Amino acid sequence: MTSLEEATATPVVLGGVRGGPTVPTLRQDRWWIQQVVTLTVLTAFVAYASWAAFVNKSYYVGAALHRDLISPFYSPCLTESCVPGSHPGTIITWWTISPALLILIFPLGFRMTCYYYRKAYYRSFWLAPPACAVSDAHGSYSGETRFPLLLQNIHRYFFYAGLIFNVILTIDAFVAFRQPGNGIGFSVGTAVLLLNALLLWAYSLSCHACRHLCGGGVKQFSRSPIRHRIWKALTPLNARHMLFAWMSLLFVAFTDFYVRLVASGTIHDYGFHF
Amino acid sequence: MAEEIIRNTASGEVTMRLWRGDADGGEFAEYVMPAQEGEVVLDVIHRVQATQAPDLACRWNCKAGKCGSCSAEINGRPALMCMTRMDALPPGESVTVAPMRTFPILRDLVTDVSYNYEVAKRIPPFEPRPKMADEVLAGGYRMQQIDVERSQEFRKCIECYLCQDVCHVIRDHEENKTAFAGPRFFARSAELEMHPLDVNDRRELLQKEQGLGKCNITKCCTEVCPEHIKITDNAIIPLKERVVDASYDPVAWLGRKILKRRKRTPVEATADAPATGPAAVQPELEVHGIPAPELGIAAMVGAPSGDVASASATGADEAPPE
Repeated sequence: MTSLEEATATPVVLGGVRGGPTVPTLRQDRWWIQQVVTLTVLTAFVAYASWAAFVNKSYYVGAALHRDLISPFYSPCLTESCVPGSHPGTIITWWTISPALLILIFPLGFRMTCYYYRKAYYRSFWLAPPACAVSDAHGSYSGETRFPLLLQNIHRYFFYAGLIFNVILTIDAFVAFRQPGNGIGFSVGTAVLLLNALLLWAYSLSCHACRHLCGGGVKQFSRSPIRHRIWKALTPLNARHMLFAWMSLLFVAFTDFYVRLVASGTIHDYGFHF
Repeated sequence: MAEEIIRNTASGEVTMRLWRGDADGGEFAEYVMPAQEGEVVLDVIHRVQATQAPDLACRWNCKAGKCGSCSAEINGRPALMCMTRMDALPPGESVTVAPMRTFPILRDLVTDVSYNYEVAKRIPPFEPRPKMADEVLAGGYRMQQIDVERSQEFRKCIECYLCQDVCHVIRDHEENKTAFAGPRFFARSAELEMHPLDVNDRRELLQKEQGLGKCNITKCCTEVCPEHIKITDNAIIPLKERVVDASYDPVAWLGRKILKRRKRTPVEATADAPATGPAAVQPELEVHGIPAPELGIAAMVGAPSGDVASASATGADEAPPE
């Protein structure tokens, strides 16, 4: 061949023969550590949250201790079985088991369908793939094209529900400034509830669906300057979505744990009042 | 194991384990080379070719991380050989270099990446709206920077196909190759989908033909991208959300029905154009007998103020990728 004119196209045969090494991976680093940590922490959280949801006690610190602290796992407490003072009024009468089970469906759904957690559990639990350039553990693969994983597409509806819970938990945090019998005050419990609400807002506002709904879906930003500004403000938050996902997950469990310790009389909620 | 501690910093040697073989099979061969300061993996491979294995096949071109030719798997991780420094690899261990696993091998470290070119042919090309009258006079489209900056990130792609190589959808499941575009081409679709001039609606195609739903967003494509393009966060997930808008969101569906919205036509897209002035005209417009493009920039009188981006800078005037 001496010129381009003499060149002939090579027929493309898709598939071909893979001739490289056949081992599952050639990686020599400890790629499995991240998956083990993720698996351990998520399993521990699910175990703790399940126990906390089913135990159905010690989730509210009331007037007897001059506090108004409620666990995020039980707020809003809307059933007849809620302890006095922990709820604005009974709305649901037919639910007879732990009120937490009624509530946790929504944050659980939000996190299960979250783009970050999907990456985390697809890698660490489902091993599809366990890590980059490590063979996945399945003979066939259809991704999120079939039921039940097709349901990942309703993430934005869990996001909407999550916003409602964020508002409620923010109200809970401000209500925690109320110290029955002492007036207005501030305690460690108040700070814990405030920080919990803040982290949950950070997690929700950094959500990929939020970024899309607020402006990412706009074709021409110059026509929607306000949505463009919102999108631009959310983008750096979105880059830290993983960080907020972990921080809010761990802190919501800690918040429940702290309220539980105070409610059960194990520790005293130190604070002051005006 | 002691025998695995091959790289001897005291003697200044490095052991390269390079895949030698073709479609009929192969194995790793070891080459002990003197270590030299400041080298990248490709430099050492070139020295192996020059001194010990002149028949070693290796694809390369620019040695600057811009041509995307020298993609391989270094110590099991997809990377450019020209951008992987030897001193960044674990000391005291051999350096393993293998061909990209996802594509058919040709010989040694060279693979046939034609699959990607086949996929590229199936991506609908850029379809701009008709030019406005003043754009015809100016000889090109006008856009504001904020409208094109999202797409510009994806123009950094050097088509090294490391993202395609690492994507487990095709890396571990060859059968998916017929119905999966892969991260590089999702980024290409995102670039076009977000482009203010493009009037194609690619969502149904992405969902039904290009296998967007097969991606389970494990972010390996982003991890290996030598251009640091946020493929998952900025291309694939936004595309998935757009597909949700079109196919899975009943409120969005109801909104479209009530507002009688449908896919944007070129005329509707033209109406959204930032330019002010008369309605869209055909490019063959002449002014005083002079073809509009030949009037050049001098005819761009009355253009709106603000950021103006050249269409060619974002690919508007370019042919679809091959």
